[in-house]
Amino acid sequence: MNAKTILAIDDSRTIRQLVSQTLGDAGFSVTTAVDGADGVSTFQNTRFDAVITDINMPKLDGFGVIAAIRGGGANRKVPILVLTTESSPEFKDKARNLGATGWIVKPFEDRQLVDILKLVTGAEG
Amino acid sequence: MSNETLRDTFFAECEELIESLTEGLQVVASGAWDGETINAIFRAVHSIKGAAGAFGFTDLVTFAHAYETVLDLIRSDKLDIAPDVLRLITRSSDALAELVDTTRQQGSASLDPVRDLIGELEATAKDAKADTPPEPEFTWAPLALLPIEVEAPAPAQGFTIRFAPGASFYANGHEPVRFLSALDALGNLTVTCDSSAVPPLDGFDFDAGYLVWTLTLEGASDEEAIRRVFAFAEGLCTLDIAPLGDSTAPDLPEVEVEAAPLFIARAPAVDPPADPPADAPVTPAAAPPARAAAPRAPAPPVQTTLRVDPERVDRLINSVGELIINHAVISQKLESCGLGTDSEIMAALDDYRYLAREIQEAVMSIRAQPVKALFQRMGRVVREAGEATGKAVMFISEGEATEIDKTILERLADPLTHMLRNSVDHGLETAEKRRAAGKSEVGSVRLSAAHRSGHVVIEVSDDGAGLNRERILAKAMEKGLVPPDAKLTEPEIDNLLFMPGFSTAENVTNLSGRGVGMDVVKTTITSLGGKVGITSLAGEGSTFTISLPLTLAVLDGMIIGVGAETMVLPLSSVVETVRPQRRDIHEIAGELVLSVRGTYVPIVDLALLFGMRSAKGQSAERSYVLLDAGGASIAVAVDAIQDQRQVVIKSLEGNYGTVPGIAAATILGDGKIALIIDSEALVELVSPRRNARPLIELEA
Repeated sequence: MNAKTILAIDDSRTIRQLVSQTLGDAGFSVTTAVDGADGVSTFQNTRFDAVITDINMPKLDGFGVIAAIRGGGANRKVPILVLTTESSPEFKDKARNLGATGWIVKPFEDRQLVDILKLVTGAEG
Repeated sequence: MSNETLRDTFFAECEELIESLTEGLQVVASGAWDGETINAIFRAVHSIKGAAGAFGFTDLVTFAHAYETVLDLIRSDKLDIAPDVLRLITRSSDALAELVDTTRQQGSASLDPVRDLIGELEATAKDAKADTPPEPEFTWAPLALLPIEVEAPAPAQGFTIRFAPGASFYANGHEPVRFLSALDALGNLTVTCDSSAVPPLDGFDFDAGYLVWTLTLEGASDEEAIRRVFAFAEGLCTLDIAPLGDSTAPDLPEVEVEAAPLFIARAPAVDPPADPPADAPVTPAAAPPARAAAPRAPAPPVQTTLRVDPERVDRLINSVGELIINHAVISQKLESCGLGTDSEIMAALDDYRYLAREIQEAVMSIRAQPVKALFQRMGRVVREAGEATGKAVMFISEGEATEIDKTILERLADPLTHMLRNSVDHGLETAEKRRAAGKSEVGSVRLSAAHRSGHVVIEVSDDGAGLNRERILAKAMEKGLVPPDAKLTEPEIDNLLFMPGFSTAENVTNLSGRGVGMDVVKTTITSLGGKVGITSLAGEGSTFTISLPLTLAVLDGMIIGVGAETMVLPLSSVVETVRPQRRDIHEIAGELVLSVRGTYVPIVDLALLFGMRSAKGQSAERSYVLLDAGGASIAVAVDAIQDQRQVVIKSLEGNYGTVPGIAAATILGDGKIALIIDSEALVELVSPRRNARPLIELEA
């Protein structure tokens, strides 16, 4: 079975590396993007099994990413997980109204991240 | 990838973020800021907070959070950037940088030094929030999500679940099958799918939710665990959960409002799909519906920098060095074959040389970095020094874009820190004195960098009182550094500052009097192949000028003949070359000295020193090169002065071992190895005590 492909969008290099490492170790294939605009553009060129996005980013924030992906085009129903330090209900509602599939609050446990990704992509293990 | 590299990434990133934070704050201070400036500042702090959390640096997180809260209020126009707010966020930026530094060095940082600051930040945030509704508190508890592990089943227990996803459930990227597998992990799951609402193909809406599942989960005891599985889907589906055997258990599918049941039922799909039924002609993934908006033109990917392991760059620099040497070798060999410079092959070789130089310059520029980050750190040093001494200081930095070799840059931090602290502590007067002298009460300290004729020139200047030469001289005499009757010129007095063991501060303050003097500054600069000088005007201030080579990989050298050998003298320490008359050479106390314009300089015979020739072979027709290094001068006797050129430095230690008086080696055009003299070490080698004594004018 092919590895599930994940697009991780975060302007923090540390978080990108952390997500890549954690998910890479769990057998996912991770592509990263450095901001929202980069993320959307990368998304349009490749088919991903899930997207993880930060909210506070330059160029285009995470809400913009969700709106752009859900707005149409191929693979617009991809699971989108928001990885963020915010956990207020207003925030989650906003993300979900735009079409976010789920959210993970930083700092996350490696295990938790992997489990959620397995769940939304249907990866085995 | 190890956690170590991940940590390194984190700290490297923090450095960059703090850089952009400092930059943003400078723009704010200048008044020319806009919303994006504030956004960038906020994001920098926010990113540090987010990533620090991943490593469990909770102190860093706590501080960044307090800081970020204030920035967020500014960002959302709830707080104006009044002067005191600007000061607060600038100080916080410095404190954040400190915390990051401490965390890097010690693995954690204490919040004690920043408690007051956090208090101020919180108070500011509280005031600003007073007229806005309270926001939910920041919480560290990660959401408890989707436990996959199988919980110990409680027998004869279970639930009936009616699960009816709406259109928004699918729109948000959910797949029913994922939820079913998660539930399956909680107990023994039986699935019934009601597909009666699925319309015929011509009325089929890809985005609608037609399927309703009735699930029996046996052996599960925890309703909360089931709810957690559906945490993400809350509000996007109709979910009824009832204990098994409960009479209120849902037995009839209710009408899901978001789904539009139409026409007749079709056969249930074998596998409960999220996408349309398997026999539908197209799937959304393979071919998007026609009404879907056309994808936007892809934005250009943002990739401004390339991170490369410095070792690879060094290897490249080394190879280019070899290439240049190789050119010289070929060139000399061809010349010895009698080929003229007008021959075609020599012309082609000229192109080769040109290209090799191009490559060399390009490669060198990879190692070059702007001084900006260093200068910004120095701004912090000046602010701290100002606070510690109670002096109002304005820090001006110029030429931040000037690039310099990374290694040199790294080693400049300590000397610059010391010099800037000195400038604030000793250079600037107290506010009262400045007022009395008719100056602005706010002193200024300027740090500038510029490229000047193949060198980088860095200046540290202040608008203070200037050097007190009387006091410097008196101190030097008191310490026995100069004879009591010595008559020194002003520049010579100024240079006493660089002598080992010299300290003018009457009271050693805990700021600049940290046991290192300007002599350490000078030693560091000299070891980098640079020079440091000082100019001072009474009442107007002092300027320290550091001149540095652009890179440590090549050296401007003077090629000299010593006996049968060829050697290289670093041009940075060469003062002049002289061909003296016989009568200019004297013998004093068994040592040969050379008289240069009324000053006696000890002579060093390189051939003798390095054992290349016996004393007898001395010729009268020798040239002398005056070297100034380590605060003393010597005259180096050489047999020939051949050329001045750039040489590629090859480490001797790495390949052979340390040789006293020799810094490194290089390969010349003829393929022979030439040793590069270490001027500092040579001076010390010849006359160790001379190092602690300035050049004194003798009675000629």
